[in-house]
Amino acid sequence: MTTKTISAPLTDEDVMRLRAGDNVLISGVIYTGRDAAHKKLVELLEAGEPLPVDLSGQMIYYVGPSPAKPGKVIGSAGPTTSGRMDAYTPALLAQGLKACIGKGSRSREVRDALIRYKGVYLAATGGAAALLAKTVSKAEVVAYPELGAEAIYRLEVTDFPATVVNDAYGGDVYEAGRKQYCIAD
Amino acid sequence: MPVIQYGVPLISFNFGNSVWCPFNLWCPFDFIFGGVSKGPMREIDVSEITRAVSGLCLDANFVLGQDVLTSLREALQTEPSPTGKNVLEQVIVNAEIARDEQVPMCQDTGYAVIFVELGQNVRLVGGDFYAAVNEGVRQAYVDGYLRKSIVADPLRRVNTGDNTPAVIHLEMVPGDRIRVIVAPKGGGSENMSAVKMLKPADGAKGVADFVVDTVSKAGSNPCPPIVVGVGIGGTMEKVALLAKKALLRKLGVPHPDPFYAAMERDLLERINKLGIGPQGYGGRTTALAVHIETYPAHIASLPAAVNINCHAARHKDQVL
Repeated sequence: MTTKTISAPLTDEDVMRLRAGDNVLISGVIYTGRDAAHKKLVELLEAGEPLPVDLSGQMIYYVGPSPAKPGKVIGSAGPTTSGRMDAYTPALLAQGLKACIGKGSRSREVRDALIRYKGVYLAATGGAAALLAKTVSKAEVVAYPELGAEAIYRLEVTDFPATVVNDAYGGDVYEAGRKQYCIAD
Repeated sequence: MPVIQYGVPLISFNFGNSVWCPFNLWCPFDFIFGGVSKGPMREIDVSEITRAVSGLCLDANFVLGQDVLTSLREALQTEPSPTGKNVLEQVIVNAEIARDEQVPMCQDTGYAVIFVELGQNVRLVGGDFYAAVNEGVRQAYVDGYLRKSIVADPLRRVNTGDNTPAVIHLEMVPGDRIRVIVAPKGGGSENMSAVKMLKPADGAKGVADFVVDTVSKAGSNPCPPIVVGVGIGGTMEKVALLAKKALLRKLGVPHPDPFYAAMERDLLERINKLGIGPQGYGGRTTALAVHIETYPAHIASLPAAVNINCHAARHKDQVL
């Protein structure tokens, strides 16, 4: 088990160093976005309009945090199920997005797009939301405040723990891990 | 102070919150009113339900049950995958942070699923029962910094802003108490659940295959290690409710019927052989428990339901 440290902006070379199964610690800036924000971003792309955030080299974290208690920068902030973003992800990877962070498996289209555009899909521990929130030192809404928990936030994180699920070589830790530990009936 | 109660035509005396009927054991109206008045009637103000619901919503979201924690710690000892162990450690530390800082263990603070067992000798006063339950949810989610995850309409999807309405299951039981169970349910694991109308000829194997297949297809999505609630029998809507109720049982307590207890053990073993593991990274801890609840079935039917809960298996209860 190797642990690598990554920060945005990610280059193609950074991405190619990552392999399915690697544990990573993310520091620096990540953007949040889930169902509603993704729908809006892709609608802008389809209309040929600019995005409210420049995604090239960036990472999107699929999260809808709980409200911050007074004195805290963010509420609990664990990943949501990534599969619901599958329809939108290839278009964002084509815009230069380099990594998405969520939990759960991705579609064939997303995995192919990761290979084509040199991107990675990372997973954080679903349900470890209080622990993950502790890595966030700053949170500000940068787009769609009307979406509440679904708005796009710019987060500053330190040593945010994640695991590479799908790398740019077609590797998939869900498939490989399951094969390794499966016992035939 | 003597009061006349409508519907229960007896003279009774009010002692604080409860109404005590002196004729209770030998009521001359019993034969006319079908024994409705048997047992003392107890008045409970619905504001007590609001208070209970609100407190339970917060407690359920902040404090993971000791049974789940114990089960996670046991899994940490037996899980062979290093990545799987790492996940289990994170989940345990997360539960400690949530409890100590009184913050939600998961940002998805869930749909407020609320079971109320209402004693038939309780007379609710002070307002509408359903409004009181929803007010408890509203107070907890708005004042307690929980996430509001409910949209008013399933297709037009505008957030209600206070996590109401709750899903409320009301059941009448003997006695003069109210038991309130709050089980906040995350969307990720709920989405992986399934109902199937099997043929009676499919039998126990058909049900077991359906359960294992549902968990296998769910893979990493419902945040394993999971708790698997299984309903068998009844009708289509009844079986889904059985599966949900199965999630309320304390982990480690087997079904009282040895036949179903054995089926639970076999299913847990089959599921943990799938290799999905903690968070789906591979491993032997895919499920912490399988709980089965059953109900009589129609001669033509064998309904089965699987309701999956994530490791943040939240439920808290209080008796009023």
